[in-house]
Amino acid sequence: MDQNVDITMKVNGQTVSRRIPARTNLVDFVRYDMELTGSHVGCEHGVCGACTIRVDGAIVRGCLMLAAQAEGAEVETIEGLSDAGEIADLQKAFHERNAVQCGFCTPGMLLTAQELLTKNSSPSREEIREFISGNYCRCTGYQAIVDAIERVAEERRG
Amino acid sequence: MKPAPFAYVRAETLDQVFDLLDEYGDEAKILAGGQSLMATLNMRLSTPEVLIDINHLEGLSDISSDGDVLRIGALARHSDVLESEHVQKHAPLIAKTMPHVAHQAIRNRGTFGGSVAFADPAAELPAVTRALGAIFVLQGRDGQRKVAADDFFQGLFETDLKENELLVGAEIPAIKDGERTAFMELARRHGDYAIVGLAVQGRLEGDTFADMRLGFFGAGDQPILAKSAIAALNGQPNNEGTIKNAQDALDADLDPMPDLNGPAEMKMHLARVLTKRALAELAA
Repeated sequence: MDQNVDITMKVNGQTVSRRIPARTNLVDFVRYDMELTGSHVGCEHGVCGACTIRVDGAIVRGCLMLAAQAEGAEVETIEGLSDAGEIADLQKAFHERNAVQCGFCTPGMLLTAQELLTKNSSPSREEIREFISGNYCRCTGYQAIVDAIERVAEERRG
Repeated sequence: MKPAPFAYVRAETLDQVFDLLDEYGDEAKILAGGQSLMATLNMRLSTPEVLIDINHLEGLSDISSDGDVLRIGALARHSDVLESEHVQKHAPLIAKTMPHVAHQAIRNRGTFGGSVAFADPAAELPAVTRALGAIFVLQGRDGQRKVAADDFFQGLFETDLKENELLVGAEIPAIKDGERTAFMELARRHGDYAIVGLAVQGRLEGDTFADMRLGFFGAGDQPILAKSAIAALNGQPNNEGTIKNAQDALDADLDPMPDLNGPAEMKMHLARVLTKRALAELAA
């Protein structure tokens, strides 16, 4: 049987069609085929969260979904959210609170934080910690990340 | 790592699934949420010839209830189960469990049926279905059959599913007046696989335990219904002696495997501690 598939999806609002090996996972597709390297590849088995991508409005592990499964889907990466200004306040708060050190986890962390804040406008620090529990950060010790997310939640509530 | 090459079929009908299963047998893998399968493929622990993606089969994602039975379609995502009012109302034990099932990004893809069919002994949902006395609906080419959770799980990642069958849903008895629930697990990081955990449903008549069901995960080669501990509880008053008897009875029920988290005896100890805490929560 053919080990390639034809796929069409929207990536950050732009419709793309490609013929790719069926085994290509979504994060490799956006990195290598779309040349969007903001989504990172860490553990490749769903533990670290560095590959977090948004598909049809919900975050997923880019390493645990085939690009072929995104047929017809709206795929959004850190580049899309960033360019659209959707997470400008989160990015600013991460910067100001020093919630970024090496930056490897940051794109996934930002997408996860954004999903939390769209579901829960006033999360407790415990709820923030629980929601980002699937995203490893090996630099910051998380404290500054929780601070940044908490502050943006406050700002957005006005 | 990257998976070994395979072909991919997005199945549109059940017949198409059964045709492929008949043709490829062991060389075909069903792809539901993929949150365990994809990791297995990435690590090349599994190298199938073809993946059969069932995500687009119609009518397998519904969550519904008729008051007596809660029905969860095999393709219902963990995040949908977590947010379902039917689940909160009729199966509060599942509602308590879902926040502990992996992380948000994984819950957005992972499916109820996938978790049950994969039958990971360390996963929460298989043990919860045993505690609830769930019945699974298995679809073959010529029709359906129903198998109780107590008969479905048969060993390490082994179930009663035949090669050419698909798990299409679960039927869960709705909680009845007076039934209480508790869920406990110990994990190194919230959302990770637990070191050990349990789900409990049962009643207290006055202060006497009745109709107790304790389902354990991370405590053996399959999800376990702790029959000896249940026998030590039913009909007995909720006091220190009864709890101690139930804790002691776990020796006959559980057979945890040593792993990176620690030796079997440590897990037995943790199981006893969690049992005491869960029964206290149940009674609270």
